[in-house]
Amino acid sequence: MNALEVQELSIRFGGLTAVSDLSFTLAPGEIVGLIGPNGSGKTTVFNMISGFYTPTAGHIRFEDRSITARRPDQITAMGIARIFQANRLFRDQTVLDNVLIGHHLRLRSSALSAILRLPNYTKQVAVAREKSMWLLENLGLVQFAQERAGSLPHGMQRKLEVARALATEPRLLLLDEPAAGLSHEEVSDMMEFVLKIRADFHLTLLLVEHDMRVVMTICPRILVLNHGQKIAEGSPEQIASDPVVIQAYLGERDDAAD
Amino acid sequence: MKWRIRGETLLSAAAVLAVLLVTWYLDGHLGAYPVKILKLWGINTILAASFILVYGYTGQFSLGHAGLAAVGAYVLSLCTLTPAQKEMMFILEPPIWPINVLHVPFIPTLLLAGVITAVVGFCIGGPALRLHGDYLLIATFGFSEIIRLAFANMPSVVNGAMGLKGVPTHSNLPMVWGIVVVTLFCIVRLVRSSYGRALKAIRDDEIAAEAVGVRLFYHKVLAFVVSSFFVGVAGALYAEFLMSVDPRAFTSVFTYGIITMVVLGGAGSITGSVLAAGIYTIMSEWLRMVEDPMVIFGIEKPGTPGARLMVFSLMLLFLILFYRRGLMGSSEFSWRGLRVGIARLTGRGVSRAVERPR
Repeated sequence: MNALEVQELSIRFGGLTAVSDLSFTLAPGEIVGLIGPNGSGKTTVFNMISGFYTPTAGHIRFEDRSITARRPDQITAMGIARIFQANRLFRDQTVLDNVLIGHHLRLRSSALSAILRLPNYTKQVAVAREKSMWLLENLGLVQFAQERAGSLPHGMQRKLEVARALATEPRLLLLDEPAAGLSHEEVSDMMEFVLKIRADFHLTLLLVEHDMRVVMTICPRILVLNHGQKIAEGSPEQIASDPVVIQAYLGERDDAAD
Repeated sequence: MKWRIRGETLLSAAAVLAVLLVTWYLDGHLGAYPVKILKLWGINTILAASFILVYGYTGQFSLGHAGLAAVGAYVLSLCTLTPAQKEMMFILEPPIWPINVLHVPFIPTLLLAGVITAVVGFCIGGPALRLHGDYLLIATFGFSEIIRLAFANMPSVVNGAMGLKGVPTHSNLPMVWGIVVVTLFCIVRLVRSSYGRALKAIRDDEIAAEAVGVRLFYHKVLAFVVSSFFVGVAGALYAEFLMSVDPRAFTSVFTYGIITMVVLGGAGSITGSVLAAGIYTIMSEWLRMVEDPMVIFGIEKPGTPGARLMVFSLMLLFLILFYRRGLMGSSEFSWRGLRVGIARLTGRGVSRAVERPR
């Protein structure tokens, strides 16, 4: 069983083909990097996997079930979570509340029993609260539990976004530039963090990242996109020496000469 | 599970009891006019609080609340008027079955008004809440007008533009405020539940909410339907408060009244809605004086009905330009807040008061 299987995926916006004929698979527990120059369609691929865009052609299968035309919330409920490139925390709510929202989709209790605080509801919420606190503890955020999410330092906010995604209990996590805007030390910290959560939560990871150090260090396998097409796939060493990749990043060989 | 009764729960229960006792006392000792104003305050509170559930907490701006209130008002009127009264009133066309035989006691009617309005709310919310922003506004406004015009053009069902008169009054002041308490209890409990967190997530960032698995449409419709239920109940109380209903009572002016209260009180504050409903109700009575004929600098001005609406428009404009947070912003009354406030005023024991109970 593949964790994720993408088959001949294409999407067109009007006349622009943002992604064309992309195919790849992720094995369970794998950690794969998705790289490419700006505008090569990396985030578009994420948006299709997580259901925000509907592909024009092709199929996406998660654990052998098709997710091609599902809504984002359904896909999240099936076990795929994502974090966004831009910070999309609920800034005015507390850190704990941000994580608790991730548990809401598992709540099996009607709004009426929530209003009346029936035992069925209170029990489930108590469990969600416990799990959330455990998650915050595990990710080193517990001391901020009652703080406003927007008041945390940037690095902590990125972690909180991961915590919120983990609260939905995913098996596949899509990370869109987790190291964006972090300082050199924070990046090292984030890499450790990513490897740790993969081990602790038995995750399959697909990672979009601009920072080559991150991708080359933590991803044993890398996919390279350019103009919406896969131009290379392989280990960090293979990718780093692939002439097609170098050309995509640096332009024509003549231009890159000096 | 173990029932742990906290001190604050007791305080809240005592406050509810106090409200009921005070309103019961006032009902017997104030004149008819002040009692009417206090009733209207209660009704307006229900309207504002249910509007906040949709606007302040879920971030969906609806202009359809007048139409929903009209549904509640008509359900109550048709159910509580006797068949004989209806037979006499329907001069354009005789009432059709089952209107001509319908007669239901007051309390079930009130619930029925809420339920039917909730169903109508579901039918409006279903299509309209798929839209965003301005489109949602226009769609809900359209539905509201459709409801009003439908009532105006169904002579055999609701007596058309003639409206219904002589709606009997069953409620007294403590009953109205009892319903206010129940409404606020339900809305506050909903907002402070896991569902409330989901609603606020939708308000803050729909895309992020969807990505963490919040079913957008389901929750928007949920908020709209719960809101509709209480608006229906408020509409029913309004009908028996006026002792008549007719389609002209539920134009967009009705909705703007609710919006004025919500902006005045603070869009995210249920406490604010209670205060603002009071201020709005009392002001709209007090401002009747600007409608009277008067003499300004020797110039005689004839009476102008509706002039107070102009004052409200100016007030709304002023609030939006200079004081967008309203009275309360998104803060709520809490016993803890009160303790801290009192400690600050007396200048003693602030740190002790700030400590969380439990």
